Amino acid sequence: MLDYILRRLLFLVPVFFAVSFIIFMIIHLVPGDPIDHILQVGSTAEQRAAFTARYGLDKPLLAQYGIWLTKLAAGDLGEAIILRQPVTDLILQNLPHSLTLGSLALVFSTFVGIAAGAIAALNRNGWTDRSVMTVILFGSTVPSFWLGLLLILLFAVQLEWLPVSGARSAASLVLPVLTVGLGGVALIARVTRAAMLDIARRDFILMLHAKGLSPWRIHLRHVLRHAMLPVVTILGLRIGWILGGAVTIEYVFARPGLGSLLITSLGQRDYPVVQGCLLMLAIAVMLGTLLGDIVQAAMDPRIREGAR
Amino acid sequence: MPLLAVRDLSVTIGPVQPLDRLSFTIDRGEILAVVGESGSGKSLTAMAVMGLLPLIGGKASATELSFAGQDLRSLRDRDWRALRGRRMALITQNPMTSLDPIIPVGRQIDQVSILHLGFDAPRARARSIELMEQLRIPEASAVHGQYPHQLSGGMKQRIVIAMALAADPELIVADEPTTALDVTIQAQIIQIMVEAARARGLALMLITHDMGVVAQAADRVAVLYAGRLVEADRVGPIFGQPRHPYTRDLIACIPREGQAPGTLRGIPGSVPGVFNYPAGCRFHPRCREAQGLCAAEVPPLRQEGPRAVACHFPNGAAHG
Repeated sequence: MLDYILRRLLFLVPVFFAVSFIIFMIIHLVPGDPIDHILQVGSTAEQRAAFTARYGLDKPLLAQYGIWLTKLAAGDLGEAIILRQPVTDLILQNLPHSLTLGSLALVFSTFVGIAAGAIAALNRNGWTDRSVMTVILFGSTVPSFWLGLLLILLFAVQLEWLPVSGARSAASLVLPVLTVGLGGVALIARVTRAAMLDIARRDFILMLHAKGLSPWRIHLRHVLRHAMLPVVTILGLRIGWILGGAVTIEYVFARPGLGSLLITSLGQRDYPVVQGCLLMLAIAVMLGTLLGDIVQAAMDPRIREGAR
Repeated sequence: MPLLAVRDLSVTIGPVQPLDRLSFTIDRGEILAVVGESGSGKSLTAMAVMGLLPLIGGKASATELSFAGQDLRSLRDRDWRALRGRRMALITQNPMTSLDPIIPVGRQIDQVSILHLGFDAPRARARSIELMEQLRIPEASAVHGQYPHQLSGGMKQRIVIAMALAADPELIVADEPTTALDVTIQAQIIQIMVEAARARGLALMLITHDMGVVAQAADRVAVLYAGRLVEADRVGPIFGQPRHPYTRDLIACIPREGQAPGTLRGIPGSVPGVFNYPAGCRFHPRCREAQGLCAAEVPPLRQEGPRAVACHFPNGAAHG
């Protein structure tokens, strides 16, 4: 097991470098630069050159990447050009908001998704299955920003149960968590249902029936356990989403967060902030996937030994 | 009274009826071989006897289906569960897929005695290891903690057999137990299974397409073709004087010592699918002795002493 984890960690090193390179370079593909946003109308070419040199943007891109990496090794993500703060500070201010919203949404979608998928699978083709799957289909096709607006209209404007926007109280979390979580519920429920129906047809499940176990026990203890293997993969991938998946929702509910920070900085071409945010998201995705793999390996001996 | 009595068992799955009015009995301690090519309805017979047809969307009907005097047709789910694994056990075709890949094999055996005999975990483990040793699994206590993918096919099938034996059943239904195994260990697994059955005096319904296995292991044979019983009797008389042309062809397919190269026989054609069963005798398109009547009328199953045969022109004497 330890051996497996070490192998996976080692594998992440080249991935990290590749990802950091792409993250650093990709923003330069976008036309315009942050200096455009600093300079006042009518500034001279000399002034522009001065600013460009001040932020090191006059050096070749590869050299800039080298400088960035060296600073990164010391935990320094650079200084925001427009927002004029260390990028690390900006991220640390916004991270808690994203983490709270994202992790609550993940927990919500995990439990509700697995339960809904299992209930649908156990009542296959019955009316429970049909109604659950209809809601799920709705949940996975409706754009989340629109759903968010609908929820605001209903619960905040009409019923006045919950705040419209902001991040001042726990109640203000309810609607964003629901909005972000419902997409996850739909995905996880569908994967759970499909996996359970697939597993239920396997020979070893027939064998459990032949051994005289009750259908309840077979489904909850054996079928569901196997069905969790693909669900864990999905969950691992969605951990990356905890941080950055709620960009539009943060906008709709006017919440601070890594997503809002990223979008704002992207508009202003604030290179260091964009690069820092993207790096955080990439690390979250990598760690999430790693965690998913580890949990899967703990559940399935064939994966531990690389037999599959 | 036979342990298992089946009369006029038909199985329907949706619009098709892959098994048509099958009758047979198994006495306590007896080994009955059910023989036929794939598609003859052998596995469905096993599923029907174990009450597992609903799982694959099948329905059974019969004028008699009883186990140790208990009518299985009206059995409730809970009573079925008290029977399955406890008094009748199943050995499936493919040991590669019939064990749970993420649970140690020993625990899968333990499960049976814990469930049916009320054993606690240590006692169940001791019993499983004892059974594994009886089935000649080397280093049984180490194997107990291993996962299916770490074992060979033959070892896995022994685990499945141990699972079947764990609650001391009266009947074991073995559905092609060696088909998925290497030829080199097929005979060995059959031998282990037959020994275990004989030593415990338990009845075995051995489903196979291999007449060699029948000759090696069984007391009686029932030959199935395209969902119908065509001939049944004790092993000796069947091999000595097969009366149905299909049985004769099956026996002729067994390779013999000293057989001249290139003379190995097969039966021309193949078993028809459930959607296009021919009228009359279902074997007549492949039968070398078929006559006009065979295509027109279904031959009734005639009982002559211990022999049952369903053929318009049963002709044991012509066999040579």
